[in-house]
Amino acid sequence: MSDEKDNLPAVSAGDEPNGQVQLAEPIPDPGIEPHEHRITDIDPLAADRVERQVSTMFTLAGLLALGSCVAYFAIPRDATIEFGPLTGNANNMTLGLTVGLALFLIGAGAIQWAKKLMVDNEISEERHDAGSSPEQRADIIQGFQQGVEESGFTRRKMIRRSLIGAMGLLGLPAIVFLRDLGPLPGRSLYNTIWAKGIRVVNDVTLRPIKPSDLVVGQLVNAAPANLAPIEEESPVEYQNAKAKAAVIVVRIAPDQIRPKAGRENWGVDGILCYSKICTHVGCPISLYEQTTHHVLCPCHQSTFDLADGAKVIFGPAARPLPQLPLAVDAEGYLIAQNGFDEPVGASFWERG
Amino acid sequence: MATKEFPPPVKWVDDRLGIGKIGKKNLRKVFPDHWSFMLGEIALYSFIILILTGIFLTFWFRPSMADVEYQGSYSLLKGLHMSEAYASTLDISFDVRGGLLMRQIHHWAAVLFIAAMMVHLLRIFFTGAFRKPRELNWVIGFTMLFLGIIEGFIGYGLPDDLLSGTGLRITQGMIQASPVIGSYLTFFIFGGEFPGDDMVSRFFTVHVLLIPGLILALVTAHLFLVVYHKHTQYPGPACACKNVVGYPLMPVYMAKAGGFFFVVFGITALMGALMQINPVWLYGPYNPAEVTAGSQPDWYMGWLEGSVRIMPGFESHFWGVTLSWNLLIPALIVPPLFVTVVALYPFIEGWITGDKREHHLLDRPRNMPTRTGIGAAFITFYGLLWIGGGNDVVATHFGISLNHVTWFLRFAVFIGPVLAFWITRRIAISLQRADNDRLLHGLESGIIVRLPHGEYIEKHTPISKYEAYALTARDRTLPLEIGPETDENGVAAPRRGLTKIRAALSRFYFADSVQKPTSEEIEEAHAHGDHEDHAHAEELDDAARDQITKH
Repeated sequence: MSDEKDNLPAVSAGDEPNGQVQLAEPIPDPGIEPHEHRITDIDPLAADRVERQVSTMFTLAGLLALGSCVAYFAIPRDATIEFGPLTGNANNMTLGLTVGLALFLIGAGAIQWAKKLMVDNEISEERHDAGSSPEQRADIIQGFQQGVEESGFTRRKMIRRSLIGAMGLLGLPAIVFLRDLGPLPGRSLYNTIWAKGIRVVNDVTLRPIKPSDLVVGQLVNAAPANLAPIEEESPVEYQNAKAKAAVIVVRIAPDQIRPKAGRENWGVDGILCYSKICTHVGCPISLYEQTTHHVLCPCHQSTFDLADGAKVIFGPAARPLPQLPLAVDAEGYLIAQNGFDEPVGASFWERG
Repeated sequence: MATKEFPPPVKWVDDRLGIGKIGKKNLRKVFPDHWSFMLGEIALYSFIILILTGIFLTFWFRPSMADVEYQGSYSLLKGLHMSEAYASTLDISFDVRGGLLMRQIHHWAAVLFIAAMMVHLLRIFFTGAFRKPRELNWVIGFTMLFLGIIEGFIGYGLPDDLLSGTGLRITQGMIQASPVIGSYLTFFIFGGEFPGDDMVSRFFTVHVLLIPGLILALVTAHLFLVVYHKHTQYPGPACACKNVVGYPLMPVYMAKAGGFFFVVFGITALMGALMQINPVWLYGPYNPAEVTAGSQPDWYMGWLEGSVRIMPGFESHFWGVTLSWNLLIPALIVPPLFVTVVALYPFIEGWITGDKREHHLLDRPRNMPTRTGIGAAFITFYGLLWIGGGNDVVATHFGISLNHVTWFLRFAVFIGPVLAFWITRRIAISLQRADNDRLLHGLESGIIVRLPHGEYIEKHTPISKYEAYALTARDRTLPLEIGPETDENGVAAPRRGLTKIRAALSRFYFADSVQKPTSEEIEEAHAHGDHEDHAHAEELDDAARDQITKH
């Protein structure tokens, strides 16, 4: 069949550039295939057997529905089944199995009935054009024009224009009234609750951290000491503050650290502190690889090198994690020299 | 049984609503039979299941982010502070009988709903069921798919567990990175800073009222149009453009489709009983400072997640603003572009082919090689992004470097679709040739005959006239003609450039497609065939032998 292009047909491109449908060509339409009888059409015994199958399915379905009600009351809420892969809550499983099977059997019975017993002669129905007929079109156009004429919509321009204007302006309150959905961002994306002198505390034990608590290679999830007290006042403020203030504190052998210019004194004995909030879309980065001092964000796998100013070495994040300058207070605990000098978390337009 | 009057209650209703008139048209309405026509049904039925189980869940779910101390019966979380939303989800799972079952059916049905819509969409695409007059129904269906995905994602966010909170955090970060209005948009959507205490109650309203309402309205329109246009059918004996051949609604489809609803419901209920999904009690309450490794969204968000994951980290800083290409491209440009092309595909193809006829007969995918190739390219693109959404899971499961998986995908999303297009198109064309061989030469019977002069030939049996008709009941396709440069008065044809592009695209669509044989070709081939079967050595001159070996 290398010459198929020669077959390009004896149909005119004309008005229908894609050729005409000539279904009955080259093979004439043979009509509906002769109906083949099913065994249930011929053998009354087979038909009776199917009837019994179908009614058995329906009866079982009814019994299972009853059974599910019994199970609802009879099986304690906390009972469990332990049977190989069928391990789990007994109440959940029995309710689901009985109701599920009941539903399934009703469906299976109905389908079996349709396939085996109902008359299966194919029938044909004519289609009609989706569009309206020319007469209908003429009618409706005439009716519409008469309506427009009688309303004077086209003639009375002032009415028309003022109405269109008013309807358009009604869209404004629909938008303006949504203004109170939220406050304006203001400076809130730039600030965290970190500030000069705030102690760095372990985010679980809430204990302040001494440099001697950390060995080289160790990473601790930490928070500002002023975070926990907020929870008492306002759980919402607490969550919001936590979503920006979470940090990681890591101790790296000082000779491996390549501090960025101006950040030479931001660490304490190789202890560095970075924002835990990924600069990509704000997930908390949390997978730390001790030997390479890389952290990886489990959401989109952005990888940061903590020894190199948390530079992005792989993945979709574009900026290093912001670094928190550390110092030690009079009692020897780690504190922040200052807040973050840039917004933490995902980028935003006006961030610069 | 030959009564002429409705039974009294039916008559009562008919007197008021005229149900007889509606019933007369539709009671014995004919639907064609094919397994692929059930896919849309699965979507419809899962939607009904979602409404039923969803209503059950709303009786106990409290869409509030108020802080509570959990005192329910799941001992591992007792005494922990969490949102009311999460606590009530735990109550549904552990204290309401049947609650866990309904939650799991709801979640499984949601997963199935979107999967069924997507496979249904592919069926419509590959068979060309979106062509005139059904383009708008394609758009309606597509809109439902789009809404369904948003609906599913928001539902996944409601329990306020660690996993769902992480998903919302990612969404929030993406919105925040949108150009110009990003930060304002997230403050309006989330009622201030993330996470705040508004998102669950707001998303709840969207999830149980706004989107289901829209989908319900669209489902109604979708089904109305199916009834109005009548169902498409595959080409086959007696199936012409102007009719529909199949079984009547009453009784066959009432039993089959009605029964199928129960089957789908039954299977999702069994899944809810036996297969755990989204065990939120294992994840714990949302904490913006925590996330677990291997966090995965529901499957239908995977491709978006992948698109974001494999994007390299580009960002521009200029004039005091930040433009995050690393989110703009994978989240705000590529996916909307992709879905827009899919949504508008019927109009794009219609313009290229210049086809303005009504189509009620479906194409076999092989008979539209270019369209089928395009579909395969889209699937490949989607599939590769989807793999990207699980790049960490792929890396850990197969013991390969995450970075290598990502780098592979960064190139594969461009190369893969092209390869898939080309291979699929060639396969379709080969299948067309195979069809033509079947028509012209019949089936290989497996009977080898030795001719008196020593040559072996295999006998071919002709296919039935029904099959032959089904194979040939399709259009002859012809690329759009470009037309003369000027008309008879020497006036240049308008919009010449556009017409040229269109003609080129049309050639791309049709030029390599194999045409069905003409009746002369079939006659000639059959004459040869008969000749072969009754061949006698003395009749075979050299020329005839040449012809036999050619086949």
